[in-house]
Amino acid sequence: MEIKRETKSHELIRRLKYNKSAMFGLLIVFIIVLCAVFANYIAPNDPIPSPPQLANKLKPGFWSEKGVEGTPLGTDGLGRCVLSRIVYGSRVSLSAGFVAVGIAMVLGITFGVVAGYYGGWIDSLIMRIVDIMFAFPALLLAIVIVAVIGTGLEKAMVAIGIVYTPQMARIIRSSVLYIKEMEYIEVQKAIGSSDWRVIFRHVIPNSIAPVIVYGTLMLAAAILDCAALGFLGLGAQPPTPEWGAMLSKSYSYIMSGAWWAATFPGIAILLSVLGLNLLGDGLRDILDPRLKT
Amino acid sequence: MKWYITKRILMLIPVLLGVSILAFFLIHLAPGDPAITIAGEHASPQTINAIRLKYGLDKPLYIQYGIWLKQAVRGDMGRSIVSNEYVLKEIMHRFPNTFELTIFSMILAIAIGSIAGIISASKQYSFLDYSTMGLALFGVSMPVFWLGIMLMMIFGVFLRWLPIGGRISIAISFNRVTGFYILDSLITGNFKAFIDIIRHLILPAFALGTIPMATIARVTRSSMLEVLRQDFIRTERAKGLSERLVIYKHAVRNAMIPVVTVIGLNFGLLLAGAILTETVFSWPGIGRYVVNAVGMRDYPAVQGCVMFFAFMFVIVNLITDLLYVYIDPRIKI
Repeated sequence: MEIKRETKSHELIRRLKYNKSAMFGLLIVFIIVLCAVFANYIAPNDPIPSPPQLANKLKPGFWSEKGVEGTPLGTDGLGRCVLSRIVYGSRVSLSAGFVAVGIAMVLGITFGVVAGYYGGWIDSLIMRIVDIMFAFPALLLAIVIVAVIGTGLEKAMVAIGIVYTPQMARIIRSSVLYIKEMEYIEVQKAIGSSDWRVIFRHVIPNSIAPVIVYGTLMLAAAILDCAALGFLGLGAQPPTPEWGAMLSKSYSYIMSGAWWAATFPGIAILLSVLGLNLLGDGLRDILDPRLKT
Repeated sequence: MKWYITKRILMLIPVLLGVSILAFFLIHLAPGDPAITIAGEHASPQTINAIRLKYGLDKPLYIQYGIWLKQAVRGDMGRSIVSNEYVLKEIMHRFPNTFELTIFSMILAIAIGSIAGIISASKQYSFLDYSTMGLALFGVSMPVFWLGIMLMMIFGVFLRWLPIGGRISIAISFNRVTGFYILDSLITGNFKAFIDIIRHLILPAFALGTIPMATIARVTRSSMLEVLRQDFIRTERAKGLSERLVIYKHAVRNAMIPVVTVIGLNFGLLLAGAILTETVFSWPGIGRYVVNAVGMRDYPAVQGCVMFFAFMFVIVNLITDLLYVYIDPRIKI
């Protein structure tokens, strides 16, 4: 009889299917990724039309008869289609989140593995720096870094990536400390494998589960913080269709009753963060049952 | 216990030193001549020279750090480029505003969050439980600045129930004594001002308090559920105690331990959230100050705020740790 072997990823998918809220999160994330990838097909209008259609400014959407044809969610203060800017904004926010988390992962895995695997003074040094960085609320640290390297979307991504590095480093370190004591690592050392080989072939692949879980949750936080920097005028600059920057440019218009330009970008942020949080919580329940709350 | 407290406080010293190094290097990492960075781009050559002399900018970096730290410890964090006031004075002037906002939000979050969590847990799997936890899930994912704008729009602009920003209406005469608005209005017995100040506080406090409120509700619920499953609760029920007494007298007490940790952790988030909330509601606090300072490249002010925020954050974490040991005597130190 043939024994069917289930790979880890198959098992993960199978168990994810039974987790309703995680599946819901996955669905939301999937829709947002679709929006980001096919923005030019989905968006009804140009997110940054030139010349600007100032005559159409602050027109309501489908709920009112005063709206402009083809702008279901209305227009913003410069007459641009809110829906199109949100759709294109998913591209900006998602890629910003991925870049930031990518930076945090590369730096965090490097520092975490070095600290956990080698121990000693280098471990103490790295962990003290991590402690110092934990003495700041994340957003404040990001603002401080932006103050040094300058404002703009790319710089905001770098700042957020650096801010999330200590968290990643700590997670990796603790998982490396655990793996280091396993017998198979001892075997590798006994047969004379180099540190390099042990780390890349055995330590990192085996500590990947927490990286996936926290990477997902971090992505949610990164999107939120990136939008926050955009809102404060320290992240994405106009006319980039970034959700946070869109909010900061439109919220003064609520006084004149134009609520849509500030409402919908926020819903987009809320949904993507919610989706990623649900997915991350689900992944955590499956991959790291000890942390289940 | 005493030894633990001493150890815990001593551990703060390296962290705070590290924070000060980071704040110090802020000036040197910024592009351009540090003297001009400190004095501002439009400063006269005399001012720049005076700065260079004061901070020993021609000396090696570690000596510069020593000079700077010595002055910082004495409370001289330099002068703001924008207002030419001492940075510390500017911060202390704004601190009461941030303090009142964060404390008020935290009180809201703790009160509503823990009650929602307790009710949810005692009626597990009911409609009430599902809807509360659903709301809490949204609350956790909510961008605080967007929530602020929505509250402002609904209750300030459309319904006109509450003011949309600031601390107090201009029309109301009010004497400042300590700088803490709520306290001052009570001391001077200015009831009209008190009501006005509270009205200005409600929306920002709700916006800022929502995320910790949702987190507290979730943690309280899961902690309550865990406690309710324990043997001593079964004993209480077997003894014939009313469900109300079981939950509110025995279960809640034991369930609150993890909640305290979450409250402490959330204070950090609250400080970060204050930066955004203050910006939305034109709240004259430190959060708004630091954002403006970054925007204006007012580096001495940024430096001061960084030190101040980190200091606050570290102190709150310390208090949480100590409180944790205090309420849970099972933790042996």
